[in-house]
Amino acid sequence: MSVPVKEVPFAGTVPSPKTENEGMITGNWRTRRPVLDADKCTNCLICWISCPDSSVNQNADVVSFNLKYCKGCGICNEVCPVGAISLAPELDFED
Amino acid sequence: MAERKFLNGNYALAAAVKLAAPEVIAAYPITPQSSIVEKLAEFVSNGELEADFIKVESEHSALAACYGAASTGCRVFTATSSQGLAYMAEMLPYVSGNRFPVVMAVANRGLAAPWTIWGDHQDAVSMRDHGWIQLHVENAQEALDTCLQAYKLAEHPGVLTPVMVCLDGFVLSHTEELVEVPTAEEVKGFLPPYEPMHAVDMNNPTTFCIGAGPDVFTEYKYSQQLGMEAALELIPEIAAEFAEKFGRNHGGLIESYSCEDAEYILVSMGSVTGTARVVADQLRSEGVKAGILKLRAFRPFPIQAVSQVIKRAKGIGVLDRDYSYGNEGALATEVKAALYGSDVRPSVTNFIAGLGGRDILPSDIREMFAVLERSVSQPGSVKPVNFVGLRWQR
Repeated sequence: MSVPVKEVPFAGTVPSPKTENEGMITGNWRTRRPVLDADKCTNCLICWISCPDSSVNQNADVVSFNLKYCKGCGICNEVCPVGAISLAPELDFED
Repeated sequence: MAERKFLNGNYALAAAVKLAAPEVIAAYPITPQSSIVEKLAEFVSNGELEADFIKVESEHSALAACYGAASTGCRVFTATSSQGLAYMAEMLPYVSGNRFPVVMAVANRGLAAPWTIWGDHQDAVSMRDHGWIQLHVENAQEALDTCLQAYKLAEHPGVLTPVMVCLDGFVLSHTEELVEVPTAEEVKGFLPPYEPMHAVDMNNPTTFCIGAGPDVFTEYKYSQQLGMEAALELIPEIAAEFAEKFGRNHGGLIESYSCEDAEYILVSMGSVTGTARVVADQLRSEGVKAGILKLRAFRPFPIQAVSQVIKRAKGIGVLDRDYSYGNEGALATEVKAALYGSDVRPSVTNFIAGLGGRDILPSDIREMFAVLERSVSQPGSVKPVNFVGLRWQR
């Protein structure tokens, strides 16, 4: 069976996805959950730019996390310059 | 007005790159390539060339930087040699698979061990299957001219395939010749600005190098072959257009010399072709019908063009400055394969010479033709692969 050319975009270069991929929910991989101390957060967005899964949301005052996709890698905790992000065991949470 | 200058192959190539005006150059120094990018760094620092020169920690990083730069849709250049090219090996198919028209100069040098800085074709030839076009040049002028043609070829929408411009280490890279350097104005009329199909754009995010499953991977590889087939058509066309504008034609895919009625033809690549032509002339004056076939394009390999020229001869010699251990010279394998579909198949003898910078003398080439004559007059008396001037005694 032949493959239509549009299914083989030239050079494997395609528009980046702009919406969530419901077929790949990765939040349930998480063993540690990022928890924000809103009093410490300066909204510098270093966590936002560092998150490999685009799971840090920009807000007016402080950031928040998209736990549907956050894998709990902890990079945000590593890079936060003011120590506003801690990691808590996932089993400590009800949801 | 074009300027006539005394330039070595590396400086001629740097002059061509300056004329092509890439926006990004990323390279790591390695002999005998270094002076190409040293010259370009000089052009950038004194304001003659407006480009970002990215200093990197290795050849792998150099090509990775070129990959990133090319994804922004700009014209890119790099250069390397020998182990440097081998170190780029992992990045080579990334660049070609993403269809980035990067142009790279390869100042050909042997591969260690034992360690050598001298010229042969082992470095480029062993990278033949990574989806890059390979054009081999014969002199400094051809290096300059081919570099300009390479950008036009690589950036053609039907090709979009990276190109290596290969020049022999030292014999070309470090030997000065009289070279005509065209003006920027003249080059503008030949090489249009690069119009990328994709470019990184923060407002319109693009994903490069998607993961391709078994359902579409083959189709991507086929698409690269289509690019190569387009290049096969375009290389002679671009060479002809260049000749019309600049008055110089070094051949398209191949250049044949005295081959029309030749009984014996030597197939060669790179600078040794000049020596071979002189020997062919001498032999002609002595009544031997000798011809020389210069291969300019090693990838795509011009099967039709090669077999058309050589199939009517009696004996074909293939001069390899490389070796595929356990078999024969890589070029010999290609030439034999080109003859497979032909109605007549002359005998093919492989000569291995010029490894690690050993000179190939006119007397060596005379001897090759003598062996070719023997291969025809006394079939079976000649070995299929001959190491020329081998100093080996058991």
